[in-house]
Amino acid sequence: MSAELGKNESTLVSQVHSHSSVFPPAEVTDDLFVHEPLDSRLQEQVSGQTVSVWKDAWRRLLKNRGTVIAMCIIVLITLLALIGPQLSGLPYDEQNLTFSNLPPKVAGLEWLGFDGKDAKGIDQYEARGITEHFWFGTDEFGRDLWTRVWKGTQISLTIALLAALLDLFIGVAYGGISAFYGGKIDNVMQRIIEVLVGIPNLIVIILFILILDPGIFSIVLAMIVTGWVGMARVVRGQMMQIKAQEFVLASRALGASNSRLIVKHLLPNAVGPILVTLMFTIPTAIFFEAFLSFIGLGLQPPLASLGVLIQDGYVSMRYFTYKLVFPGIVISALMISFNLLADGLRDALDPRMKK
Amino acid sequence: MYEPILSVDNLHVSFHSQNRVVKAVRGVSFALQKGETLAIVGESGSGKSVTAKSLMRMLPAQTAKITEGAIRYDNQDVLSFSPRELQKLRGKEISMVFQDPMTSLNPTMKIGRQIMEGLAKHEKLTKSEAKQKAIQMLEMVGIPQAAERIDAYPHQFSGGMRQRVVIAIALACRPKVLIADEPTTALDVTIQAQILDLMRGLQKQTGTSIILITHDLGVVANMAQRVAVMYTGEIVEIGPVHEIFTRPQHPYTKGLLQSMPRLDADRSEPLVPIPGSPPDVTRLMGGCSFAPRCPYVMRVCHHFSPQSTSLGPEHQVSCWLQDRRAEEMRRSFCS
Amino acid sequence: MLKRVGYMLVTLFIIATATFFLMKTLPGTPFTNADRLNEQQLENMKAKYGLDQPVAIQYVRYLANLVQGDLGMSFKFMGRSVNEVIFERIGPSALIGFQALIVGTFVGLGLGVVSALRHNSIWDYTSVTLAVLGMSIPSFVFAALLQYYLGLKWGLLPPALWKGYEYTILPTLALSVTVIATVARFIRTEMLDVISQDYVMTARAKGLSETGVIVKHVLRNALIPVVTMLGPLAVNIMTGTLVIEKIFSVPGLGEQFTLSIVVNDYSVIMGITLFYSLLFILMVFVVDILYGLLDPRISVRGAKAK
Repeated sequence: MSAELGKNESTLVSQVHSHSSVFPPAEVTDDLFVHEPLDSRLQEQVSGQTVSVWKDAWRRLLKNRGTVIAMCIIVLITLLALIGPQLSGLPYDEQNLTFSNLPPKVAGLEWLGFDGKDAKGIDQYEARGITEHFWFGTDEFGRDLWTRVWKGTQISLTIALLAALLDLFIGVAYGGISAFYGGKIDNVMQRIIEVLVGIPNLIVIILFILILDPGIFSIVLAMIVTGWVGMARVVRGQMMQIKAQEFVLASRALGASNSRLIVKHLLPNAVGPILVTLMFTIPTAIFFEAFLSFIGLGLQPPLASLGVLIQDGYVSMRYFTYKLVFPGIVISALMISFNLLADGLRDALDPRMKK
Repeated sequence: MYEPILSVDNLHVSFHSQNRVVKAVRGVSFALQKGETLAIVGESGSGKSVTAKSLMRMLPAQTAKITEGAIRYDNQDVLSFSPRELQKLRGKEISMVFQDPMTSLNPTMKIGRQIMEGLAKHEKLTKSEAKQKAIQMLEMVGIPQAAERIDAYPHQFSGGMRQRVVIAIALACRPKVLIADEPTTALDVTIQAQILDLMRGLQKQTGTSIILITHDLGVVANMAQRVAVMYTGEIVEIGPVHEIFTRPQHPYTKGLLQSMPRLDADRSEPLVPIPGSPPDVTRLMGGCSFAPRCPYVMRVCHHFSPQSTSLGPEHQVSCWLQDRRAEEMRRSFCS
Repeated sequence: MLKRVGYMLVTLFIIATATFFLMKTLPGTPFTNADRLNEQQLENMKAKYGLDQPVAIQYVRYLANLVQGDLGMSFKFMGRSVNEVIFERIGPSALIGFQALIVGTFVGLGLGVVSALRHNSIWDYTSVTLAVLGMSIPSFVFAALLQYYLGLKWGLLPPALWKGYEYTILPTLALSVTVIATVARFIRTEMLDVISQDYVMTARAKGLSETGVIVKHVLRNALIPVVTMLGPLAVNIMTGTLVIEKIFSVPGLGEQFTLSIVVNDYSVIMGITLFYSLLFILMVFVVDILYGLLDPRISVRGAKAK
């Protein structure tokens, strides 16, 4: 792109000097000492192309290798969560005890450990005369773990997305109202937040799960009871800051209406931090769900979430390590990727980082 | 002529970021005499701060590189100094005052300790001696109740007071050279005058040479004996202040002077702004970098960089107008 | 200051009230062998715990007891008060929690400082990668792996139970991972921020050695805000103990809490919840005061000077 810019400039220069010669002179000759008119096009150079803030941020995001890899992993895992359960052709909840506790086996990937051998080194498929291959193995009820892992990912992602989106709506509404109206309303709303912040998140979640029946919706509900507070604070802080800035003052002075102010100035400038907070909420929600399942407050069988699978896997970790390894890898990869993406987003959207 | 205390010869500094190189300083040369004040003027981005920082080797080591040239202090080659030798140079021989007094003091350290640090390092004073000296320094820069104030934190001081403290820190070990990087830019006008007064007075007392970086020609007229004008990393003109102010030889210098309001000027003479803005130093083309904005531009200026011409023992200018072939143009410049 | 204490009390009161009424709506009976008790015995049990009274009276009694520091009786451990249960269980939790905090803070500091001083070097990248891994991998996955490899497979350390000092090592390690990662990231950002400040240049211009500049000016100023991390870290460790004590069979408060959840011992759940909340609130309070003491720009009264 910069090469292109350079070309533009040189054409500009040659246009300016087109009346003398296209090529620059080779040596200082007497005829060069003549006055030339000033060309205003050469006086102001705007450095870099004018790109919109979002395009610029997107470009910076793509420059960050970690973020790009993270985005790819998220897309891949999401795709697998959507189509993975169909790929093996086995349902996630069908029990078949003849297939119980089979280690993972994939034809062609034996060297990677997908060899169907158990902790003692016996190929269970041969020993039991099973011709079918279970890519991630099976659990003690003979359910296909490949299907269960991706089904579980699907459920975990759903919970996380739902929780994050609800946090977003409540947080933006609460923070926005608080910041926009200011004064007494803001004061009261902030006092409420201050009290809520003092309550440890996880404890609230646990208490709510205790009274609600564990299920996808109750987990989401428990997570948003206090989850929105963080978002509300970010939104309010951001809005207050922007409200005090001179360009808002200027457009007020020019007679802009409230709704115009919100749509044109406050929201676009708050979107960055909101997006970053949202991105950090998702891994937190994934973690909380898994955490709840791990201490026995998660989804009930036969439903599977990553947390449930990890809990199941942990129980039989000693002899059937693969049961822990696969959901463990998926949840770790998801959390790492979302954290990296959130980090990358924050760096890309933070104009102070611009160099 | 005296032996210069500090001299810079053909200094080139470039900054490297991921995929581009910015040549911030391109062949700067000057010498600083004992006891004199040399001002370096220029718009922001002209490389004046970078030049100042490279004198003490204070540029960020990871991104900035001095690619060419020499810096000599007291006949020693500063560029070949070891870290230890550099530490002995900084604060003791050459000191620096920065632009923004609000940020150039450590917010969590008592100001007395911030003054004493340098003393402890260079003068090997005991704690109580250093404390006495710190109080003395604060008194010298005009801070009342110095004995109590040394236990204060920077945020308890106003901007002007803080700049006095910064100057006290810089002068604590009686350096021979003081580099002041826009020392008054961040201050109110009335405070500016006080700080300049203070610096002049201290210079008289201590005989320190001063390099004053500024974009304010008023400050230059007040403080300096000589002035160097920088544009896009080069010194385009250097000479005694009275000469430069009365007979500027570079169109840029002339432009700067014409765009500055003066009390002694004829009322009917309007202010003339310099058209345009400085170019992006990453995309300089051949020729004189001021050419696109120069009212006296000639065809040669677009293609060849002008050489430095001496117009007297102390006055040099880099401009094609000095070429004998540009006589006609020069006449219109001087009129 | 007074205002802060006021907030603390209001928050505690709200938590206490909320837990009380939430517990009241909890399904299931609180008694162990309710199905084997006849009508009369059940009545007696209820009377003994005051459960036959109207909810309002129960609530007032509960609050009155709370003010005196009495968290009530356990429903499952006959004849034992919640205070006793907490007191008995707090030791192991405090030990591994404290160890994790110390180990985590120091290792995290080391990583963060190296990272900032060697910005954009291989050291930096390694430590940033480690920090992201530490923040992202759920503590129980990491704990399970530690237990499997170090404990079971290689037999380097006892994989579970609580019979001596060496039994604390694995839980401490597992707990400290997030602390390490959080501190490392935080200190790195802080240091990079401080390094670019003008006053660091002033310090350098004084002729201080690079070590002097880093220790006296950069580290000092970068460390002060780390204090603010103590609150979130404490929460982190607290929630960490819930699963990690379960994994390593540490007889601590976290294990008791998960156990009580499973057996529906709601006076103990309530008690531990309140205890955790109190700890958290006190922690935040202490951090605020500490921060005011360390940073001269903030006056101790809690009002910001600037």
